[in-house]
Amino acid sequence: MIINDLLSHTSEWLRSTGPNSDIVMSSRIRLARNLDKLPFPHWASKKQSENALQMIEGVCSRVDFLKSSTVFKLADLDNVDKQFLVERHLMSPDFAQKSDNRAVIIDNEEILSIMINEEDHIRMQVMQSGFNLVEAWNIISRIDDDLAKQLPIAYSPEWGYLTACPTNAGTGMRGSVMLHLPALVMTRQIDRVLAAIAKLSFTTRGLYGEGTQALGNFFQISNQISLGLSEDEILDSLNNLIRQIIEQENQAREVLVAREKALLEDRVSRSFGILNSARIISSQETIELLSMLRLGCDLNLIKSIDRRVVNELFIITQPAHLQKLKDKKLTSQERDLERAQIIREKLK
Amino acid sequence: MLCNICNKNKATVHLTEIIDDQMKELHLCEECARHKSAAMESQFGLSDLLAGMAQSGKPSTDKEVTLARCPNCGLTFADFKKIGRLGCGDCYSAFRKYLVPLLKRIHGSSQHLGKSPQKVTRVMKKKIDIHDLRIKLQRAVEQEAFEEAAKLRDAIKELEKKQSQENQA
Repeated sequence: MIINDLLSHTSEWLRSTGPNSDIVMSSRIRLARNLDKLPFPHWASKKQSENALQMIEGVCSRVDFLKSSTVFKLADLDNVDKQFLVERHLMSPDFAQKSDNRAVIIDNEEILSIMINEEDHIRMQVMQSGFNLVEAWNIISRIDDDLAKQLPIAYSPEWGYLTACPTNAGTGMRGSVMLHLPALVMTRQIDRVLAAIAKLSFTTRGLYGEGTQALGNFFQISNQISLGLSEDEILDSLNNLIRQIIEQENQAREVLVAREKALLEDRVSRSFGILNSARIISSQETIELLSMLRLGCDLNLIKSIDRRVVNELFIITQPAHLQKLKDKKLTSQERDLERAQIIREKLK
Repeated sequence: MLCNICNKNKATVHLTEIIDDQMKELHLCEECARHKSAAMESQFGLSDLLAGMAQSGKPSTDKEVTLARCPNCGLTFADFKKIGRLGCGDCYSAFRKYLVPLLKRIHGSSQHLGKSPQKVTRVMKKKIDIHDLRIKLQRAVEQEAFEEAAKLRDAIKELEKKQSQENQA
């Protein structure tokens, strides 16, 4: 597989299948693992990092799930390639910053990605479309078991998996669910919901993880505590929380339809109108408008557009995706033109 | 004067920012200023927070704390306080005394209850087994299942006996 092969493929998190996929975009689980005795990436010498990379890369051919995957060395990728993988949620923005002895393993289905020498030696994640943490856990736990049969993993019975940052120690697990909550935002209830989430020791982030803004009414909610609870207990409480938020968003949607139908239709139709006719559009404006269009599809206010097309537009209008599609470097102004054109074509 | 960010409202807040030794004046409306200050707060990173938490221990052991060094990777506790990251897996036992309270503050616990790697050395496997049994024992006692607890206690004793025999051999 080469990077460009991914272009013709829909990312798992945008597939719009799976339970509750009107409100839940995707479910993701990541595990942090380190090699025993070897210094963590930030503290390792060049030689030691090289060592870690070789060890992990070396076992891939012996792990069933990884046989159909490809190793991309960051040193071999240009900036657009790296940004492209970040946009597809296959690696973190921080990881893309440096290239030395870093690699990312991606399977053909784009369900799994393993970052090597990120903050920890191994950061693996499995994504599933819709609200499906349990399936994501079943898949990743099996891969984790297979890897641990081949590699010496830093582990203690007392503190569990030992990670560079003590905030990840224990299970080394973070479960995240990406939610689209336009109605809670429009009815101004979102701050109350986010405050409740924080009180329950869960965190909220934006579309692209740590430090990103909540663009387009997307919120990524994940567990903060990784030690002192089993993986099942963590996922149970996250599942319960997400169920309640889905319920609240559904109620808010009902209220909007019942009491503010004209306002709702106006916002959805205006968004559709701008997307349909704009000649120059920024990626931020695109995301905000697509969010409204998505809500319109969910509530059956827009019948001519499939939600999957909207989902696809979220990603192909991102800067690196546009440049990949056009197969050339584009300035920010050129991108705004191309973006508007692609959106018009897709929504025709 | 109009706000530098939104270019719509009247600028009422005046800020001086220094980025990469470049001084920049910003004139903002109230709303943009509020957003800006929220963004600045979020830049206060996790490592600062961790370092702060690690520091709030007993002040009398300051020198001892700073001098503690991991025998495997050479990271000192002072390094950890500065960068907010540990150096290797062995750092956890090297800084045990200072890390346990920190882990408790972060997670509310310092005891792992999740899965373990499949392939572990025999010695480690025994340790994990004993550890698992102890947790089960604790739960049995809490649930007042004393018959079960007695069985678990015997199993732990048996394993510990084997372990110490192996250590002597």
